[in-house]
Amino acid sequence: MLGLNKKDMSLLLIVGALALLAPFILNPFPADSAMAQFNAGYPDLMQRFVIFGIFAIGFNILFGLTGYLSFGHAAFLGVGSYSAVWMFKLLSMNVVPAILLSVIVAGLFSLVIGFVSLRRSGIYFSILTLAFAQMSFNLAYSVLTPITNGETGLQLTLNDPRVLGVSQTADGSIPVTNLFGMEMRSTFEMDLGPWLFQFNTGYYLCAILMLLSFYLSVRIFRSPFGMMLRAVKSNQHRMNYTGLNTRPYTLAAFVISGMYAGLAGGLLASMDPLAGAERMQWTASGEVVLMTILGGAGTLLGPILGAGFIKYFENIFSKINDSVLHGWFGFMPDGLEDFIVTIVHPFVGKGWHLTLGLMFMAVVIFLPGGLIEGGQRIGKLFSRKSKKSDGGDAEHHPKQTPHVAE
Amino acid sequence: MGILEVKGVGKRFGGLQALGDVNLSVAENSVHAIIGPNGAGKSTLLNCLVGKLIPDTGSVMFDGQSVLGRKPHEINQMGISRVFQTPEIFGDLTVMENVMIPCFAKRDGAFELNAFSSVFGQADIVARAEQILEDVNMQDKRHMHSASLSRGDKRRLEMAMCLVQEPKLLLLDEPTAGMARADTNNTIDLLKQIKQERDITMAIIEHDMHVVFSLADRITVLAQGTPLVEDTPENIKGHPKVREAYLGETAH
Amino acid sequence: MDAILLQILNGLDKGSAYALIALGLTLIFGTLGVVNFAHGALFMIGSFCAVTLSKILTLSYEVVDETQKDFLGNPLKVKTPYVESWFGPEAGGAIIDWAVPLAILFAIPIMISIGFIMERGLIKHFYKRPHADQILVTFGLAIVLQEVIKYFYGANPIPTPAPDVFRGSFDFGVLLGFDPNAIIYPYWRLVYFGFAAVIIGAVFAFLQFTTFGMVVRAGMADRETVGLLGINIDKRFTIMFGIAAAVAGLAGVMYAPINSPNYHMGMDFLVLSFVVVVVGGMGSLPGAVLAGFMLGILESFASMNEVKSIIPGIDQIIIYLVAIIILLTRPRGLMGRKGVMED
Repeated sequence: MLGLNKKDMSLLLIVGALALLAPFILNPFPADSAMAQFNAGYPDLMQRFVIFGIFAIGFNILFGLTGYLSFGHAAFLGVGSYSAVWMFKLLSMNVVPAILLSVIVAGLFSLVIGFVSLRRSGIYFSILTLAFAQMSFNLAYSVLTPITNGETGLQLTLNDPRVLGVSQTADGSIPVTNLFGMEMRSTFEMDLGPWLFQFNTGYYLCAILMLLSFYLSVRIFRSPFGMMLRAVKSNQHRMNYTGLNTRPYTLAAFVISGMYAGLAGGLLASMDPLAGAERMQWTASGEVVLMTILGGAGTLLGPILGAGFIKYFENIFSKINDSVLHGWFGFMPDGLEDFIVTIVHPFVGKGWHLTLGLMFMAVVIFLPGGLIEGGQRIGKLFSRKSKKSDGGDAEHHPKQTPHVAE
Repeated sequence: MGILEVKGVGKRFGGLQALGDVNLSVAENSVHAIIGPNGAGKSTLLNCLVGKLIPDTGSVMFDGQSVLGRKPHEINQMGISRVFQTPEIFGDLTVMENVMIPCFAKRDGAFELNAFSSVFGQADIVARAEQILEDVNMQDKRHMHSASLSRGDKRRLEMAMCLVQEPKLLLLDEPTAGMARADTNNTIDLLKQIKQERDITMAIIEHDMHVVFSLADRITVLAQGTPLVEDTPENIKGHPKVREAYLGETAH
Repeated sequence: MDAILLQILNGLDKGSAYALIALGLTLIFGTLGVVNFAHGALFMIGSFCAVTLSKILTLSYEVVDETQKDFLGNPLKVKTPYVESWFGPEAGGAIIDWAVPLAILFAIPIMISIGFIMERGLIKHFYKRPHADQILVTFGLAIVLQEVIKYFYGANPIPTPAPDVFRGSFDFGVLLGFDPNAIIYPYWRLVYFGFAAVIIGAVFAFLQFTTFGMVVRAGMADRETVGLLGINIDKRFTIMFGIAAAVAGLAGVMYAPINSPNYHMGMDFLVLSFVVVVVGGMGSLPGAVLAGFMLGILESFASMNEVKSIIPGIDQIIIYLVAIIILLTRPRGLMGRKGVMED
C-alpha cells in the first residue's frame, strides 16, 4: 500500500498511531499526582517533539544515507523560521504560505551551500558547512539586522502590513497564526476522571506534516536514489568507477534535508511566531546531530526516537530541582537523603546538559547504532530461542556505523 | 584499429618519468595482458585509461572517442569497467544490492531523481541482477552482506558488478594479487568462462605469469615506462629481452 | 601606516591563541589521527586553572577589628588572605598579584594529567573508529567538560587580572618614530605574544632536536613503518597528547586576563581553531601556526572601521570566508600534505 512493503507500512502505521494518540500516551499520570511532572502531553512540548522529529528525519536523509556529516544544518532551520515570520508580517497569518516559503527559501539556501560544500568530503565538508552556518549566524546578528532584527529576534508587531489579513485584531492585539481560520494555539481539553488530555490544533498540523515527512523518507530510503546514496556512503571510490556522477545525488540529498530543516523552522515559527539568530548557532546544529546519532543514524525510526528522547529529557530533567529530589528520596534517613540529593543535583535542573553529554558519549562508545540498535540487542536477548527475528527497521544496515564519507 | 588505442602517452611525477611514449593497441574481443616489473608504470598507465590521471602527452582513444579529460564516471559510461587490485565493493550492502547499483548507475548515471520509486519494483533491473549472480554462481548468497563474503567471493562479486553493465572493455588490475593458488585458478576459470560467454575485450595488468599465459592473446611488456615488446604469449616466453628484464627475476 | 601596524599588533594576541590551539589540534591529529573536538575545552580548562589558583591564593580568614567600624557602626570584619599572613603583606600581595603567571606552573601538571587520562581512558578506543565517531565522542566530552566547569564556577565570566606591572599600555608608536598615542598596545598582550612564541618555539625545538621528537615526526609521516621498526609509538603518542593538552591549557591560562574565563569560551575558540587547522593544512604544524596568526591579523583588519564601511559585516565572517575560499581553491590548505583525510 502507498508503495511501501508490509514491514514499512506497519512502521508507518505505528508512527502514525503514536503521533495521533500522543496526547494520551504522553499523559499517563493523573494531573494532580506527584508523577504529573513526567507528563509530556502538553501542546508546547508535543509540538517540539514532532518538529524536531522532522528536522532529524531530514538530517538523516543526508547523514544516514550518504555519510556526509553536516555541522551547519541549523542555518536552514533558522532561515525557515525567518521566512515564515516575514510571511506572517507581510502577507497573512495563515501558516500555509509561511510554511511553503520557508521550505522554498531553505531549499534555495541549501542548494547554494551544498553546491559549494559538497566539492569536498570528509572532515573538510563538515568544516565547510560549519563555516557557512557560523557565517549566517554572525550575519544575522550584525549586518542583516534589518531582516533579522538582530539580538532581539524577529517578532510580529501591530504595524505589520499583512496585506491579506489585518494588522491588528478588533481588540487591538496581534492576530494569531492559523490554518484557514483554525487557530494554531487553540486547544481542546478533555477531562477524564483525574486525567487531563489536551488536543492542540498546532500539534496536529505538525504531526500530520511529520507523518508525511516520515512517509517521504521511507520512500527515499527504499528508492534507487536512496540506494545510490547508501552506495556513495559505503564506497565512494567504487561509485566513481561505476558510471555514476555522485555530486548531483549528494547535492539532491543535501537540498532535501535542507528543505526538511526549513519545514521544521517554518513550523516552529508557525507555532510561536518569532525567530532568533540563536536557532542558527552551531550548537543547534550539534543538537540535530545528537538526535540522529542517539536514535540511530541510517535507520528510519531512529531520528524521530532521538528527537523525542532529547526534547523530552530536556524538558523533564531541567524541571527537576532540589525540592523535587528531596520529595523523592524523603523516605531515606536524613544524612543519606542529603547525600543522594547532592550526588544527583549536578545532573538535573540546569545541569541537564551534563547528563546529555554523558549520555551522548555513552551512545557513541557503546552503541554506535543508537537507541534502535540498543532495542534490537535487547530484543535479540529475549527472542534468542525463536529462530531468527531480526529487528525490522535496520535490516539493511545492522552493523553499520555512521562515518564521514571518504 | 583496436578498440583501445594508446598513442605516445607520457606522464611525469615531479622528477620521475613514470611513462614515456607508450603506444598500445588492444584489439576488439582479445585478452591483452600488460606485464612488467614493479615500477614499470603499469598502474600509472591504467590510471590514465580510467580518468584518474591525465597524461602529459599523447592520446587515448576508446571506441573512436578520446577519453582524455573525462571523469572516471564518464569513462565508465563509455563502456570501460574496472576491477581493482583489492576488490572494491559496497561492504554495507547486500550482494544483490551490490549488483543492482551498477545497473541503476549505468541507466541514471548523469542524474535521475528516482526518489519515489521502489528499488524492487524495477523488474528489468532485478532480473538482470539475478541473471548475473547466476552467471557467477552466487545466487545463493544474494541476501548476504557483501562485507562478510570470502575474498574469492568478493572478487567474483566485483566482476559481476562490472559485467552487469555489459562493458565493451574490462580492465583488470592484478585480479589475483595476494590470492592462494586455488583461488587464482578459480579466477582464471571465471575469466575464461566470461570470455567464452560474451563479446568482451579484456586488458589485464598482472604479475603472475601463470595467469597471463593462461589467458592472454597478446602481451605487452612494459619496462621503465616504455613498452619493450608486444607479441603473442609464445613469442614472449622465448624473447631474450623479456627474459632479461623481467622473467629472469620472477621465475616461478 | 601606523593604523596598519596597530591592526597587525591587535591581531597578534588572538592569532597567538588560535595558533597555540591549532598547534595542539594538529599534533593530536598528526600523531594519533584523531579529530579532537574537545580541544577547545582543554583551552577553557587552562583558563580556569588561572581562576582556581587566584581563588586559592586569595583564600582568607576573617578577623573582627574592634577599632574600625563599617558604615552601619558594626565592628569591621577584615579579610586577610592566608598567603599574606604567611609571607607578610608585601610578598603575599605580590604572590596574589602574580597569580596568572604562577598558574602556568600550576596548570602544567594538571593539563598533562588530563591529557593522559583523556587519551588512555577514551581516545585510545577510537583510533580505529571512523572520524565521524571521533568527532562525535569528543564533542560529547566537550559538552561534559564545559558543564562540569559551569557547575563549579557558574555561568558568568570571572575577571582574572594580569599582574599590576603589565596592566598599563605601551606606546609602541613612539618607539618606531610615530606620533605618541598612535599605537597603544596593552603590555599583557605583548606578554601573551611573547609567551606564545616561546611555546611554539619550544614545541618545534622539541620535535626537531630530541630523539623523542624525531620518532614522533617519523610517526606523523608514516605511522606503519615506524611501528614496524619495533618502536612503541603508541606510548610516545600518549605523551604527545599530554603535551598538546598542556599547550592548549597554557594558552588558556595566559589568555585569562585578556578574556575573562567563561564556560563556553572553549567552544567559541574550537570552531575557529578548526577553521585555522583546515586553512593551515590538516596535519601541518607550521601551517597551523602560520594560519593562526594570519587569520588573527586578518580578523583585526576586518574590524577596522574603514574596511567595515566598504563591506559591512566583514569582521563577522572574514575567517569563515577565507576558510571557504582556501578550501575550495587549495583543498589541502596552505601547507597541507597530499591525501590527509581525503581518499
